[in-house]
Amino acid sequence: MKKVLVVCGNGLGSSMIVEMNVKAALKEMGKEAEVSHTDLTSAKSEQADLYLGSEDIVGGLEDGNKNVVKLKNLMDKNELREALENNL
Amino acid sequence: MIDLIMKDILGTPAILVGLFALIGLLVQRKNTGDVVSGTLKTIMGFVILGAGANVLVQSLGQFSSMFNEAFAVQGVIPNNEAIVALAQETFGTATAMIMLFGMVVNILLARFSPFKYIFLTGHHTMFMAALIAVILTTGGFSGASLVILGSIILGTLMVLSPAMLQPFTRKVTGSDDFAVGHFGSFGYLIAALVGKAVGKGSKSTEEIKVPKSLSFLRDTSVSVSLTMAILFFVVAGAAGPAFVQGELSGGQNFLVFAFMQGLTFAAGVYIILAGVRMLLAEIVPAFKGIAEKVVPNSKPALDCPAIFPFAGNAVIIGFFFSFIAGLVSMLFLPLLGLKVIVPGLVPHFFTGAAAGVFGNATGGRKGAIIGSMANGVIISFLPALLLPVLGSLGFQGTTFGDADFGVVGIVLGNLIRMVESNGIVFAVVLGIIALLFFLGARSKANGDKENPDTDIA
Repeated sequence: MKKVLVVCGNGLGSSMIVEMNVKAALKEMGKEAEVSHTDLTSAKSEQADLYLGSEDIVGGLEDGNKNVVKLKNLMDKNELREALENNL
Repeated sequence: MIDLIMKDILGTPAILVGLFALIGLLVQRKNTGDVVSGTLKTIMGFVILGAGANVLVQSLGQFSSMFNEAFAVQGVIPNNEAIVALAQETFGTATAMIMLFGMVVNILLARFSPFKYIFLTGHHTMFMAALIAVILTTGGFSGASLVILGSIILGTLMVLSPAMLQPFTRKVTGSDDFAVGHFGSFGYLIAALVGKAVGKGSKSTEEIKVPKSLSFLRDTSVSVSLTMAILFFVVAGAAGPAFVQGELSGGQNFLVFAFMQGLTFAAGVYIILAGVRMLLAEIVPAFKGIAEKVVPNSKPALDCPAIFPFAGNAVIIGFFFSFIAGLVSMLFLPLLGLKVIVPGLVPHFFTGAAAGVFGNATGGRKGAIIGSMANGVIISFLPALLLPVLGSLGFQGTTFGDADFGVVGIVLGNLIRMVESNGIVFAVVLGIIALLFFLGARSKANGDKENPDTDIA
């Protein structure tokens, strides 16, 4: 089971919405993955196969061995789906 | 037996909120494992929230003592998480009930009024429910009338706040896909209108090269730690080493003590956020799922960072100028006999940034700068004016940060204070709400892109 972690500054509002969008997209794609959301600080110490978030936030997560995808527009479902298709 | 159910089970807010999650999970026909883990996590989230409040209160107390010693006025740090966590001890059940039925009212209004918004920023729903619970309880409401009036007010705000901003949100995002659901909306409306007034021919912020080095402040725990450490340093210095080491720290060096207290405050906020995150993880998706079934053409109203990608530079500019305005306001507050509102990085970051984005959309660079400064002034003065109506909760050294909490609290609190009979208060509030819907619907029908000030309930 792959794990997707959605990240935003507070870990409350926008990351939760994106998490719901990820779940919906995975359903459409017929894929299964564990999806959760959190804030940037916690994300640094949490393991996942794919980290998603807006450009200026998840840039801080890249340490060379994390699979981080920077989204240009958090609310763009097509961009999100592309990110999932390329990385899962 | 009745007593056990009514008082011990339903009277324990954590269990009550857990029950909401349980109902939500059952309605969605989740499997047994999900139902059990979701329900337990929700209850645990509520317990974590209370634990965070305990951590935070200690350092808040130290801050107040030092501030008092240094400046002989009371300093207040606006922090929604802190004040809501503190409110849960006394107002937990009322908050939970108003939150649940507020969501129900939101769905009903979206179904039967022209405003099809579903307010998905769960933590703000909870914070507003807490504010309303505090104000109404302090004003003498209780039981069914408290929950009914509270949830009508909350549900109304959940549709009217996004509706009021929508003409401007459309300008920002260039589409009608989603709305902004955030209770800083009064500040954003002012920012957008100010931008419109001052920004004739001003170029967009997005044509400037802004260094990206400030984006680390978007990490809440980093910016809270940083602000609180600096604040505690300043206040400890002003109170003097003799006082701090003699009265508070038990001899520990005053700067070390200040640093650790500042970070203790930040740790408290971090714990509360973790609790809120766990608490909402099941409730918001359930709310969304149910809402989409009931209101087929609904529009989601999302947390303010949803609009940040549309104007990245305006985010930085807005935060900066809102914070500057907050610092300047701090000097003026005591002159007017108000408590000193210490500007926090977090409220200024999120609401200042969103105000900057709205200001830029209507008035370019000028709009972003002056609009976000207007927001900074608003979130300095409203929290100070709100304190007197919070009753005993107004003396905790913290308060609600964002604009709408101030507007709603001040209007509702003073209405209850002026009108003797709560029956009349009930009728007046319903009258105001009906009027707002009428005005809102009329301006929508006229295709008028400027909604009247529909932020008061």
